[in-house]
Amino acid sequence: MSRGQTSVRPLLIAALAGVVFAAGLALGGMMDPRKVQGFLDFGAIGSGRWDPSLAFVMGGALMVSLLTFARVGTREMSWSGDAILLPTRRDIDPRLVGGAALFGVGWGLSGYCPGPAVASLLIGGRDIACFIAAMAVGMLLARWWQARTVTNGGTQP
Amino acid sequence: MHPYVSSLAGGLLIGTAVWLLLTGIGRVAGISGIMAAAITQPRAGTWRLAFLAGLIGGGLLFARLFDVPVVTVTSTPGLIVAGILVGFGTAISGGCTSGHGVCGLGRRSLRSLVATLTFMLAGAVTVAVVRAAQ
Repeated sequence: MSRGQTSVRPLLIAALAGVVFAAGLALGGMMDPRKVQGFLDFGAIGSGRWDPSLAFVMGGALMVSLLTFARVGTREMSWSGDAILLPTRRDIDPRLVGGAALFGVGWGLSGYCPGPAVASLLIGGRDIACFIAAMAVGMLLARWWQARTVTNGGTQP
Repeated sequence: MHPYVSSLAGGLLIGTAVWLLLTGIGRVAGISGIMAAAITQPRAGTWRLAFLAGLIGGGLLFARLFDVPVVTVTSTPGLIVAGILVGFGTAISGGCTSGHGVCGLGRRSLRSLVATLTFMLAGAVTVAVVRAAQ
């Protein structure tokens, strides 16, 4: 970030984006793990017990996101003057699928994905603190494991 | 408010945050990636710390405002195992519900579509197993 060290404005924009994100998570029901499990319980579709509301969260977020990414080209500058950085990877490898599967198991078990977990830090007590700490450990483990497999000649799992 | 309406409004707010971060400072709002980079290289991008501070402070404020219940659906050891899986899995697959699900699908990335379908399916199978065991 070219001016991130000297300018406060980008930090205020980032903080505001975090606040708006949290408002969406709280209003949308993503911070209630029972609702998340109730949505992922696809076996209950048609039984009347299925809670489809999180599909509306995803749908609403995706509508704005599709419009946003359709309008923002990579050559355009952001308000802060920083370049717009978009992910460039397009490959579908075992780590993508395997990692997503492991994430899904953890999400289903706990009802928490990273956003709602972090947003719950100050309301969730010890349990959420443990979950976030465990998430950080998992991220560090992944970093260590990936560095190790790269030095071993990039062995794929 | 009907739960579907509040969920749709919540989704629109999440999308607005994605728009604000991208248009404002040129960054993609993928929470797992932001958190991982904040842990491993905190000095490289202070915007990440500002975003996380907003997310945590906003979480407290709006959870109170919208009466978000504080519940856990599994034991503390269960949460720790789940947390490690979430952290490790999102790190090696390069994104979570926001990075792959909202932003990646918004970019119409096939990679993110594959990741999103995979973690939704794995989540659904896990919930089915948990429900069957209860």
